[in-house]
Amino acid sequence: MSTASPQHEALLSLRDVHVSFPGRRRRARTEVLKGIDLDVRPAETLGLVGESGSGKTTIGRAILGLVPVASGTVTFDGERIDTATAARRRALSRDLQVIFQDPYTSLNPSLTIGDTLAEPLIAQGGEARATRARIAALLDRVRLPADAAHRLPREFSGGQRQRIAIARALALRPRLIVCDEPVSALDLTTQRTILDLLLEIQEETAVAYLFVSHDLSVVRTMSHRVAVIHEGRIVETGEAARVTEAPEHPYTRTLLLSAPVADVAEQRRRRARRAAAAAAESAPSPDC
Amino acid sequence: MSEANRGVWGVDPPQGTRMSESVQGAAAARRRGAFRRLLRNPLGAASLLLLALLVLAVALAPVLAPQGPQTASLGDAFAGASGAHPLGMDSAGRDILSRILYGGRNTLGGAVLSVAIALLLGVPSGLFAGYYAGKFDSAATWVANLVMALPAMVVLLASRAILGSNPWILMIVLGFLVAPQFFRMVRGIVADVRGEPYVDAARVSGLPDVRIVARHVLIVVRGPVIIQVALVAGLAIGLQAGLEFLGVGGGATATWGAMLNEAFQNIQRAPILMLWPGLALGATSGALVLLATALRDALEDRAGTPAAARPAERRAAGEAEAGVAGGERAQLLSIRGLAVAYARPDGTDAEVVHGIDLDVRPGEIVGLVGESGSGKTQTAFSVLGILPDGGRVSRGSIIVAGQEVAGLPEKRHRRLRGTTVAYVPQEPMSNLDPAFTIGSQLVEPMRHVVGLSRKQAAERALELLRMVEIPEPEQVLRRFPHQISGGMAQRVLIAGAMSCDPELLIADEPTTALDVRVQADVLDLLRRLQAERGLGVLLVTHNLGVVADLCDRVAVMNEGRIVETGATDRVLRDPQDPYTRRLLDAVLDDAPPRAPWRPVEARSETA
Repeated sequence: MSTASPQHEALLSLRDVHVSFPGRRRRARTEVLKGIDLDVRPAETLGLVGESGSGKTTIGRAILGLVPVASGTVTFDGERIDTATAARRRALSRDLQVIFQDPYTSLNPSLTIGDTLAEPLIAQGGEARATRARIAALLDRVRLPADAAHRLPREFSGGQRQRIAIARALALRPRLIVCDEPVSALDLTTQRTILDLLLEIQEETAVAYLFVSHDLSVVRTMSHRVAVIHEGRIVETGEAARVTEAPEHPYTRTLLLSAPVADVAEQRRRRARRAAAAAAESAPSPDC
Repeated sequence: MSEANRGVWGVDPPQGTRMSESVQGAAAARRRGAFRRLLRNPLGAASLLLLALLVLAVALAPVLAPQGPQTASLGDAFAGASGAHPLGMDSAGRDILSRILYGGRNTLGGAVLSVAIALLLGVPSGLFAGYYAGKFDSAATWVANLVMALPAMVVLLASRAILGSNPWILMIVLGFLVAPQFFRMVRGIVADVRGEPYVDAARVSGLPDVRIVARHVLIVVRGPVIIQVALVAGLAIGLQAGLEFLGVGGGATATWGAMLNEAFQNIQRAPILMLWPGLALGATSGALVLLATALRDALEDRAGTPAAARPAERRAAGEAEAGVAGGERAQLLSIRGLAVAYARPDGTDAEVVHGIDLDVRPGEIVGLVGESGSGKTQTAFSVLGILPDGGRVSRGSIIVAGQEVAGLPEKRHRRLRGTTVAYVPQEPMSNLDPAFTIGSQLVEPMRHVVGLSRKQAAERALELLRMVEIPEPEQVLRRFPHQISGGMAQRVLIAGAMSCDPELLIADEPTTALDVRVQADVLDLLRRLQAERGLGVLLVTHNLGVVADLCDRVAVMNEGRIVETGATDRVLRDPQDPYTRRLLDAVLDDAPPRAPWRPVEARSETA
């Protein structure tokens, strides 16, 4: 498993992270993450790709402290954060932020956009005038009109709401944002504009992203490096071009061949290669 | 509503307290909006006015009442109405109006006491249990269930025996008894809200729990609690009156229930005595119930749910306008000039599909591509005749296997579904009934639609599951939906769609909810079914990759119109319409992978 090169200190490091959820009734706990190692460097995007139930979302939640880490360590900027106290956690929100998948549920429907954006600023002790100015700047940054602050989420489309969620994540000028399927709920054309916005913001602010998605083509364009997760384990990590063009692990290969492309001839070739790979798979495979 | 909120942002509160003030301000503004809606509702305004008058009259009892509630002149017993005593006198020669006014103080005061205690106990514990769950939740839920299992009247009678006849004590006991109603309601709502991403986002924002509860949770709980208060107050008044009527209350103090009791004993001699306390009780309880209903309407409006559209009458639109121009019509499915409209609450129509032409030939897979809101699902639903309430085919013609279905009565349309046209939905899990096994969900329709015997249908179900490549079909038949995976569920639904041998399959985003590997398998399955059975498929999707994989032809839909139709290869390779081009440009298949990362310092040097 490749890690950050030694001369460039990682901003975020996960080492052998295990997370398990209590089983229903008396059944045993189910282990969702089975020893995750990850590194994200400053201003880097690490794409995390996997299917539903693979544990990709849980990694993000463990980093944010929304689920407890059973064993292993999460280190942010040299500080161990998986054991952080509630107060320390609250302070960490200056540096660690999140953008959720569903722009319809990630904004409180009864708070105005201004109130939602003020939330992180006030929580960190911002004062009124500066807060208002910051909100105006944030709305401008994500290209929403300034009067959006007075309106409620229901007046906005899915793409606009995701812009609001991005603005909220940016409010405290964080150093890392966990993007949990930020464009999966959006239409194709909207998706493209949101991705461009995220790239632009990274260029400007040097924020690092942990970009979680099930869509390999999205992850490939967004990420410097890509990690593939399957059943709670990272099966492959590497530069985006390497992982998506010459995958080493058979699971990554299947994943790539399964995603249909919008080109009839190319898709026919993919289908044939997938069928061939499946035929080969039915013979006992040598990998782990 | 929005003006009210703008006010919140327009003012400049003192620094440091901004957030809490703005929260309270926003909440107040919302409440003002709801309050205005409440007043606009005639039932709400009337019940509120009546309650306000009652409370006012009762509060001003010492001023309004002609005399004290216990002042008796036995000589005037059962005296009728007179100038000094507008409602007359009771059996002990006491002024009825005075007793109603003073008695109302005890009755309404008791209800307020009960509700206050129930709120104090139920709401905070419900908030805590719902938000933190864990041991406190288990213990509190257990206690609440226990208290709810007790019959209130029996407990009240027992506490009367033990604690004495003071009516206030009884109302305190009643408060304890109804507290679980608040607890359970609040706990349930909080537990739901607790899982919302916006609460997680607030935690990531660094908000402490107390503030999260105040800001995000209380707002949601507020409406239902207010409604429940009105209901519980009515209940408390009723129970209290019931106790007094039975003579369980103090008897010494005037209450409406005690007055009823006294009147009942003299019902032969002066039945009119029943009227006034009965009227007071009835009016109060009735006003509280009506107020609760009006409050619910007013507060739910706030959530922004659009008013339910009235179901429009199905018009035989197709017959009049069938045969619109549009070239040769396909044999299996032919749509010409189809428009779909929804009735707005004000009676006008909102058209969502504006006259489209679409054909599916036998054995052909046609993709209907578009983004959300483009009208692609509305088109599919029109063919199936399953448009939601309020929606209808407003013009155009839909011919399915030679039969016009636009304007077809529901009964005849139903006969087509399953046998001629079948449907595969987007969300496999929500389209299987969790209460029945896979087997019974496959077998029942076949028995009803095709008229197979139970044994024949079971054999056919097994055959169908084999056809959709489900391993160990015998066991899958016995399983419940939650015991199978999403991909398996979609196969089961495809098996169900195939069960009555349809000619046309309408699949609405059949793979959108599935993982890519499962999606590829399901697409393979659809391709195989089409090839083996000569099935025509209308595939509704937003995914151009799926179109490239499966479809012979594709129709691109945007804002209720089909902007481009053609052979899949041609449309994807050489799009003619600007919207199709924009859609294809957004596809990331050919976008280059991102270049490797470089350290920030190096980057800024070169920049």
